[in-house]
Amino acid sequence: MDFMVFQYPMISVQACLDGILLGILFALIAYGMALQWGVMNIINIAQGDLVILGGYIAYFMYLYGIHPAWGVIVAPFIMYFVGVGLYKLVINKVVDRDLFISILATFGISILFMQLMNFAFGADVVLANSGYGTTFLFDSAVVLPNSKIFSAFISILFAICLVIYMKKSKLGRAIRATAQNARAAKILGVDTEKVYAATFGINAALCGVAGALISITFTIHPYMGLPYTIRSFMIVIVAGLGNLPGVALSGMGLGVFEEFADYILGTEFRIGAVFLLLVLILVYRRFKLSRKREYLK
Amino acid sequence: MSKNLILYTIIIVFGLTAPFIFPAFKVQLSILCVLIVLALTWNIQGGEMGYNTFGNILFYGLGMYLCASVQVGMFFPLAEWTESGGEKTFVHTPTQFFQGIAVGLVFAAVVPTIVAGLIGYAILGLRGHYFAICTLGLGVAAGEISGGIEIIGAGQGFTTPPFPDVGGLEARGEFFYLLSFGALVLTFIAVRAIYSTRFKLILNAIRDNEDKAEAMGIQTMKYKIIGWMISAFFCGLAGGIMGGLVGYIDSTDVAFDGREMGVFMVLMAILGGKGTLWGPVIGATVFHIFKEGFWTFFLGWQYVALGVLIVVIVIYFPEGIMGWLREKYPERFGEVVDEADRKAQVELK
Repeated sequence: MDFMVFQYPMISVQACLDGILLGILFALIAYGMALQWGVMNIINIAQGDLVILGGYIAYFMYLYGIHPAWGVIVAPFIMYFVGVGLYKLVINKVVDRDLFISILATFGISILFMQLMNFAFGADVVLANSGYGTTFLFDSAVVLPNSKIFSAFISILFAICLVIYMKKSKLGRAIRATAQNARAAKILGVDTEKVYAATFGINAALCGVAGALISITFTIHPYMGLPYTIRSFMIVIVAGLGNLPGVALSGMGLGVFEEFADYILGTEFRIGAVFLLLVLILVYRRFKLSRKREYLK
Repeated sequence: MSKNLILYTIIIVFGLTAPFIFPAFKVQLSILCVLIVLALTWNIQGGEMGYNTFGNILFYGLGMYLCASVQVGMFFPLAEWTESGGEKTFVHTPTQFFQGIAVGLVFAAVVPTIVAGLIGYAILGLRGHYFAICTLGLGVAAGEISGGIEIIGAGQGFTTPPFPDVGGLEARGEFFYLLSFGALVLTFIAVRAIYSTRFKLILNAIRDNEDKAEAMGIQTMKYKIIGWMISAFFCGLAGGIMGGLVGYIDSTDVAFDGREMGVFMVLMAILGGKGTLWGPVIGATVFHIFKEGFWTFFLGWQYVALGVLIVVIVIYFPEGIMGWLREKYPERFGEVVDEADRKAQVELK
């Protein structure tokens, strides 16, 4: 336990800013999860592993001398096809089944990805150095790496592009129609199979962007996927499906919570705190709903 | 009934003599017993009650840590033990070891039961996938948090007391085998007993339609909690035994190992056929034989194989072995088969 955070207000400012910039990234991943949860009604436990895979794409570009920021463009392209391939191989068989089947199947995919990444890229914690330098605020009391600001900016950019795409394009309309009522969409001539594949691909592409940004700003490791899944799940259940401002806000809230947990409890309890927060949120929602004799659906 | 009696006698006799017939497989057989216990207890939630939990690993890990801590803490200072080299300075005499493990196992079984009772009211109010994800979070959180607690070894792990030297006998394998076999028999008897009562019907009613069960006047929450407590009791016991058997406890790799044990128990029950008494037993046996027989061929690709196995079983074989047998030979399962009915079903398909 460390209460420095309360004695030096500048540390709180630092934690808040760090948390908000981190939270924007979380929100991007959560947006992907909300999209495929809403459209296909499956919960993808492998979400975090897709993020890490995207991160490794940027990391490899960095290793071969290309600036990792280009990963933001390259990773989504590759990840889109990974996502579509994954859909064709596995996900299309679980779409209409019990939700637990999808959870368990994607859990299997998650274990598979983890281990394959471990073989292919090694078990080291890696980081793609962007060389963007740092910004000092308030007489150097608050230190912000420029890469974090860059990643938050890019996340917002991608989110806005996607929102416009979903609103304006034909595929976006088809996706929204399928989310509302898959059967009716089918009757009206929407090829739902294609929509599902595209949705999963877009989700994977978003994960790829987020992963590339994470590899620039933070570190990546083959086994770090599950916390990202849990974070995005948590953000989605707090915000609700299809509530975009909510996703952004609760993502930032989660980021700030994590930074403070990091300062107060210590880094070794950071992931534990995230998972515990998920349990607490679910239990809180359950008690709130049980007063009306309802339950989380 | 007499046919069953013969079957059980054969199993008991085989179980008791197995370590002496196959001395090389003592450890494997003990692990098999623990796996069957875990699959049977998971089946109470996942199979009978319809609450697919990833969180039973919490009780398993809790039991493991508790048993080892009590075993050490009864005689020696725990903090000094867990600092590296403690097990070399302090040596359990045989009496201390057996006393310790007896008391430790009682704690390992009882405390998780109480924990299950306490958190049950909060957690079991969730349904479906929220329950699954919540328990998944619970298991991982327990692993992460216990990995940060100094007194139980934190990141460097906890060595359980080594088996004492009783008159030059090398009885460690036999001792832990008999212990785990005992736990298996105990679990099986308990599960069989509760499956023949109204309790099982209530659990099934909760699985089929919880709202209607409640409307029928069943206090569903009470039975859900009791079911979870029964699971927790045997999971904790299995964990305590497994801790002694492995001899080394690590927070995320041995105790709260959601990536292995936590998934294994789900997979074994589904492979065997959830919602049946014998399904988890068969599933665990098949899974363990497959795992031990083929794991060595994969050479580091075990997790890849595990991932593929999960996907294949879940997608193509969700009914499990017992479900498949049931579809094939419904008469054997005491189902009255009407020819016209069967034809109608074929037509429907």
